Formats: sequence, structure tokens, C-alpha cells
Amino acid sequence: MGSILNIILQRLALGGLTLFIVSLVIFAAVSSLPGSFADAILGQAATPQAVAAMEEALGLDKPAVTRYFDWLFKAVQGDFGTSLSQANFASFAGSVADTGVTVADTLAPRFANTMFLAGLTAAIAVPVAVTLGVLAALYRNSIFDRVTNIFTLSSISSPEFFMAYILILFFSVLNPFLPSLSEIYNGMPFGERLENTLLPALTLTLIVTAHMMRMTRAAIINLLASPYIEMARLKGMSPLRVIVKHALPNALAPIVNVIALNLAYLITGVVVIEVVFVYPGIGQLFVDSVKTRDIPVVQACCLVFAAAYILLNLIADVLSIISNPRLRHPK
Amino acid sequence: MSGLISVIIGLAVIAAVAWGLRFIGRATTGNSPRFRDMTFAVAFGYVVAAIAVAAVIYAFAQSYSSDPIVANTYFFVWILIVAFIFFAVVAFVFRLAGRLIGTSGSRKLFRQMPLTASFGIITIIVYAFVAIFAAWLAPYAQDSYVGGVNIAPGGNIDTGGDPAFLLGTDKRGGDILSRVIYGAQNTVGIAFITTLLAFFLGGTLGFLAAIAGGWVDQALSRAIDVLMAIPSLIFALLLMTIALLWAEGDPTFITMSMIFIIAVIDSTRVFRLARAVGSGIVVMDYIEAARLRGEGFGYVMFREILPNATAPLLAEFGLRFCFVFLTIASLSFLGVGIQAPLADWGSMVRDGANYIQNLQIVGQDWVREADEETLAMLNIDKLVRQASLPLIPAAAIALLTVAVNFVVDWMLHRSSGLKS
Repeated sequence: MGSILNIILQRLALGGLTLFIVSLVIFAAVSSLPGSFADAILGQAATPQAVAAMEEALGLDKPAVTRYFDWLFKAVQGDFGTSLSQANFASFAGSVADTGVTVADTLAPRFANTMFLAGLTAAIAVPVAVTLGVLAALYRNSIFDRVTNIFTLSSISSPEFFMAYILILFFSVLNPFLPSLSEIYNGMPFGERLENTLLPALTLTLIVTAHMMRMTRAAIINLLASPYIEMARLKGMSPLRVIVKHALPNALAPIVNVIALNLAYLITGVVVIEVVFVYPGIGQLFVDSVKTRDIPVVQACCLVFAAAYILLNLIADVLSIISNPRLRHPK
Repeated sequence: MSGLISVIIGLAVIAAVAWGLRFIGRATTGNSPRFRDMTFAVAFGYVVAAIAVAAVIYAFAQSYSSDPIVANTYFFVWILIVAFIFFAVVAFVFRLAGRLIGTSGSRKLFRQMPLTASFGIITIIVYAFVAIFAAWLAPYAQDSYVGGVNIAPGGNIDTGGDPAFLLGTDKRGGDILSRVIYGAQNTVGIAFITTLLAFFLGGTLGFLAAIAGGWVDQALSRAIDVLMAIPSLIFALLLMTIALLWAEGDPTFITMSMIFIIAVIDSTRVFRLARAVGSGIVVMDYIEAARLRGEGFGYVMFREILPNATAPLLAEFGLRFCFVFLTIASLSFLGVGIQAPLADWGSMVRDGANYIQNLQIVGQDWVREADEETLAMLNIDKLVRQASLPLIPAAAIALLTVAVNFVVDWMLHRSSGLKS
């Protein structure tokens, strides 16, 4: 047991280190910008005095190293600074803190929305993918297998927005089942919220399921040649029982790994899908901020996305170690 | 919620029909092996396939409907079906021709080729042809705004089309057909250049790490690890923000920096592969022989390692191209990719996106039951005209990536001889 804890702690430390370096990369990228934030807010016509005052207010006159650690410590405490697009010249003329809208305020509700979307997708996609994978392995080389193969290959290779528009066309235009725009507000009843989130969640499911399903199928088929599977078959077990009771537990390690990796992919895939469905999540905020060049928000979103991505990859890593005795007890 | 319930009911009905099909088959044919040994999944598959074929035929028939609203709604489906049949037939003929003409070697190659691979190859050839000769094929220039705005696709005057603009025009009056053709040149061409650049960067660094080993290898690998820890689309968007600020609205600069940014981000993946393949080759005896001969770094890299790493790198090139192509399309779709005077598929999808949302009104019950006068007042006809506008470029993107994937699948299958 001690060794598992050790391994997990080791991986966590490694993940933390990676995140630290990633934050450094993000900060360095943003620091290489031409001009300063103050110019960006005040525009071309600003007087040098105004720019200097603004720089002082934002702490931009300090050296880069100080600014980096300031930003990092505040970010760790959940304070990502002030959003540029919200803060205009007038609010800065007085004081920075009381009128400007903080990035954390904008981010928090949207982060919850994105988590809801990702959670719903995972809740649909994981069982569907594993079931389909088991079925495809069970009926391998049948028509069912071939059709799912072509279908998954096409859905892996299509762009996300194509899938989204095809689903909108079929489920909300030609047959009006579901709304094509996701309206989400605070205090919305759960049922209504579920209905409004279902179409984006289904689109993401289509994209994520394909990969998970193919890996489940491959992992199970890989095991079917082993002697113990043949033994189970010779005992006269039904093919479904052979796969579910004997092959699946041993194939669990790669499957769990792929699921975690796909959830990490989900974090990226969410950006385009949220834009298509106008879903008020963190991905949409990110794209909007990129377009309006709202640097603090872009920085914060980037850090959140990177953290989620690193965390999920970490989980995949740890799970694959825990589920594999050979990795758990290295010689 | 009603949507979810009807989906579940639909699946249950299909399952019941499949069970019934198998049962009736067994009863009427006196338990012939075909039905006796049929698994439930196969029966289910047959029913789903039958429903799919029926739906396709229904949609195809709908596109010839006399009602312009219906005809325009299904125009995209019509294009999809016609394009699919066209490519499938051409792929079949292409393979047949390859089997009959040519040397015995090439004939053997074509005999072993599955139809999906031949479909992929012919699709890629058609795309390449269109991309190279776009200037001659397109009826209008990509940045010229000709004719009326929002002309319906199809070229049929009864359904609001114009024979001069086969796929209609967009809201600024640009000819869609020309823009789609030029899109092949811009989107595919830029993706190709980006992939080449990514392979040049990643391949060189990867081989360098493999040959040099030691601290060079460690430093490069750890740096690449950090870059790969950031999700690629997010990283691309972050760097594009900075490029947008540098560019100050200069479209050429934005496009150029996008090429560079995506190439750098994707070269990390190429680096991993090149290093892995390269370090397997570096330990071979012939590399040692070359080193003992006193050959330089460049000679070992390009004359000894590269020729032996071609097969995996080529397959990776196909897959990388797909990723790069999709990333560029996504960035353009989000509005920070290829910029305005150049026509490209990603931004065409974004420009046309609201037509799909408009179309939603047609599905409402009260619109279906409304009389002519209300319909005319709502201008429904105009609303539905261009639902196919965002879908045509999106389908063009999907078709190319599917085609490349088919070919790569076949190449991997051939080189490794791997079975399922």
C-alpha cells in the first residue's frame, strides 16, 4: 500500500512541477506582447501620464519576475486579476479594485457550466462506449462490427462543428426534439437545464465515444487469443460471459487509461462545441477573450484548461499503474 | 425530455423488429442456416441499415419536392448523396482500371486494395486537382462580390436559385461555388505547408536527439514534454491572441503566424515519433559503420536514418495532416485563423452558421400548419434557402479527413501486415 501512495505522490509532484512550468510558459508568451496592457486599454490617444498611472495601478512598472510571482500567488488563491474588457478607462480613473469586474467572478459560473456539460457527456459516453466496444468485440467481423467501424472512423475524422451542425439539422430542425441554442441561467430547473445541454453533450459524446469504443474493442480482442480465454470457452461458457467475466477485467487497465485521456480531450473539444451551441461555458469565454484580446482572461482560461488537462492525464497515469500489478511492484 | 424518450422508444422498436425479422425468417425458411445462426446484433444491424437506406431515399426524393422550402431544406442531403455515389463509382472504376492497366506490380497493388482505400486515393487526387487548378475551375474570383445576395443553391429558378450561381451566393453576394473551390486551394494548401514545416522542425530535432543522445536528448525531450502538457487547441488560441495583437489587423501576418504556430505545436508530436524511430535505427551496425567512416552529422541524419524511417513517418504525415487541417479549420471557424480576403472552409462554416439556426423555425408545428399569407410574411422561403451554406464546406473538410484516414489505415495495414 505504501508503494502505491509513494507512486501517487511522486506523480502529483511531477504534475505540479509541469503545471508550474506551463504557467511560466503562459506568462512568458503573454509578456512578449508589443506595448503594454495600459496601451491596450487606453487606446492610441492616451497621454503618457495616463499610461504611467495605469501601469502603476496594474503593477506593470515592476520587473517581470516580481509580476510573475504576484500573478502566480494570486492565481493559486483564486484571484486572476481584472478583466480588461470589463474595466474601462473611467473605472480605472478612480481605483482599480472596487469597480473593475474580476476575472474570477466571470470565470466561476462558466466553469461550473462547462463541468456540467463535460460531466453529462462523460455520463453518457463512457457506458455507451464500453458497451459498444464489448459488443463489437463479441460480434467481431460481423456487419454490426463493420458498420460501427466505418461510423466511428468517420466521426473521429470529422471536424467537431460538422458533427454539431449535422445533429442540429436532424434533431432540432428537421425533427424538433431539442433546442439548438443552449440557454443556461442561474437557478434554472434541473430538467430544463438537462434538455438544453443534451444536444451539445450528444455531439461531444459522438466524438469521444468513437475513440474509446475502438480502444475497448482492440483491448478485448487482444486478449481473446490468451490460453485462459480458450479454457473458459472450452468449459462451455457463453461468448458474452467469456468476454464480460474473463476478458473485460484484464482489459480494464488500457480501457480506463483511454477513458481518462478522452476526458482530457473533452476539455479541448468543449471549446468549439460551446461556440456552436452558444453554451455559456469557459470555452466560449476563452474564444471571446481571444477575439477581444482580453489578456488576463485568456491567461486565466489557459491556466484552468492546462490544469484540468494535466490533472486528467495524471489520473490516467495513476489508474493505469494501480490497475497493473506489474507496474505496481516494479522489480 | 420528449426527445430522449422518443429516441429510447425508437431503439426499442428497432430491437423488436429485429427480433421479429429473425423469428419470421426462421419460421418461413424452415430454420435455414442463414437465419438459425444469425445473432441478434446482426439482425439489429440489418434493420438499422434498412432504415438508413429508406431515410436516404426519402431525403433524396424530398429534394425534388415542388415545395421550394422542402426542396431547399434537403438540398444539402442531395449534394451529400450525389457526391457519395459519384466518389464511390469513380473509386470502383479507378480500382478496376488499375487492375487492368499498368505493370504487373501496379496491377498487384490494385488487386489487393480495398474499396475504402481506392475511395480515399481518388478523393485526395480530386482535391489536389481542384486545389492546384482553382483559378481555372472557379467561375468567379474568390474576393469578388457578384450578383445578388442570398441566392438559393441548386440553380433552379423555381426554388429561388440562379443557373449562373450553382451553389447560390452568400450574404455578401460572393459565389459559393467559387469560394468552395478556392477554399480547397487555401485551406488544404495552407494545411499542407504547415504539416511540411512541422515535419521539418520535428523530424530534424527528433533525429538530432536520437543521434546526439545525452544532455541534448534530455533537454529537448523535457522541453517538448512541457509543450505537450498544454492542450494543443488551447495553446494555439493563446499564441494566436498574441499574434493578433502583433498583427494590428494585417491579414497576411495573421495567416503566416498561424502557419508557424500550428507547425511548432504539431512538431512536438512529430518529434516524439522521429526520436523513437531514430533511436531504434541509431544502434544499428550500419550507422556505426558510417560514423567510423567519418561521415558528418547531416549525412548520418539524411542519408542513413531518414530513408529507413520513411514508412512510419509517411503514415504519420497523413495523420498529422488531418490534425493540422482540422486545427486550422477550427481556428478559422472560431474567427482567428485564415483571414478575410482568402476564402476558406472554416470561416465559410462560421459565416453561414446562422442560416441553420434560422431554419429551426421551419420545424415548429405552427409554421407547418400556417397558411400561405403568414408564410410569405415570415419570409420563410428566404430563411431556409441557405441551410446548406455552412454544411457544404463542413462536409468538404470531413470528406478529405475521412479519405486521408482510409488511405493511412490501408498503408499501416500493408506495411505491418496487421490483421484487425
